[in-house]
Amino acid sequence: MMGYLVLGFAFGLLLVSFKYDWYLAPLMSLFIYAGALQFVAIGFFNAKVGFIDIAIASLFVNIRQSFYGLSFLKRFRQTTPFKKYLIFGLTDETYALLTTIKDDKKLSKRHYYFFLTALNQSYWIVGSTLGALIGSELTFNTKGLEFSLTALFVVLCIEQYKNLQNVYPFIIGFFASVLALILVPTDKMLIASILIALILLFFFKQRVEND
Amino acid sequence: MINYEIYIAIAIMAGVNLFTRAFPFIFFKNHEPPSAILYIEKYFPAVIMTILILYSLKDINFDVTPYGLKEIGSVLFTAVLHLSLKNYLVSIFGGTIFYMGLVQYF
Repeated sequence: MMGYLVLGFAFGLLLVSFKYDWYLAPLMSLFIYAGALQFVAIGFFNAKVGFIDIAIASLFVNIRQSFYGLSFLKRFRQTTPFKKYLIFGLTDETYALLTTIKDDKKLSKRHYYFFLTALNQSYWIVGSTLGALIGSELTFNTKGLEFSLTALFVVLCIEQYKNLQNVYPFIIGFFASVLALILVPTDKMLIASILIALILLFFFKQRVEND
Repeated sequence: MINYEIYIAIAIMAGVNLFTRAFPFIFFKNHEPPSAILYIEKYFPAVIMTILILYSLKDINFDVTPYGLKEIGSVLFTAVLHLSLKNYLVSIFGGTIFYMGLVQYF
């Protein structure tokens, strides 16, 4: 949970370092509420990426979350009236927390889930707002701050490898990106990489699954 | 982007993001998802994280000194930090400060 406060802070700081209004940080944290996607979004704003490209890229950046929902289909039963919010708030961090805790019979499950999810999002909103506000006041040299985005993905990538123990998806991702960098202009690179990677992933399905 | 475009972009991302989270609850409440979807959900996260690393570094110019070495060095530094200390905040901040130091002072 502390993680969300600090990571949110970094997001807010990065957002205002590109001269965007501070209130976009709480706005995004309230309505989008997705760590990696919000960081990538700053890049979308900078590069003036088209709306359809944004939609497709967001879908694939966050497709891992569909997997979280699948494993919570049963556990989220009987959680009304909070169910809709629980689904909305099922981020990486919340998923990780909910999978490590056991359901306690003495506590009401739905309230417990709800408070945990809401607390997580509050930390994220507070962190990103503080980052944006403090970032707009301070004038320090932010050159290189955008590397926090890269560092975040390096960490997430390593965590993916620990779970998967399979090197093929990473090779496919790497080649798809390099190919896209060579073939298309950089503002279309993300979307092109995703499409190439999808083709490669299905082309080498047997290889990937048998590793 | 100008402000109203940003608002539209935020609305799109909010919608798509909610869709990815609600997807299994809407479509697979009572039956198993098709194997192609399970396959993408299992392996694509690893693919996209690799893509996003390269995407975030797409503006490196390999033709001028230091030929992207600052970025590659910082990626390695972040990875080593994460593998050894296993704390993602330390890795992200350590890596970023390392890179900021490189681009501001060298």
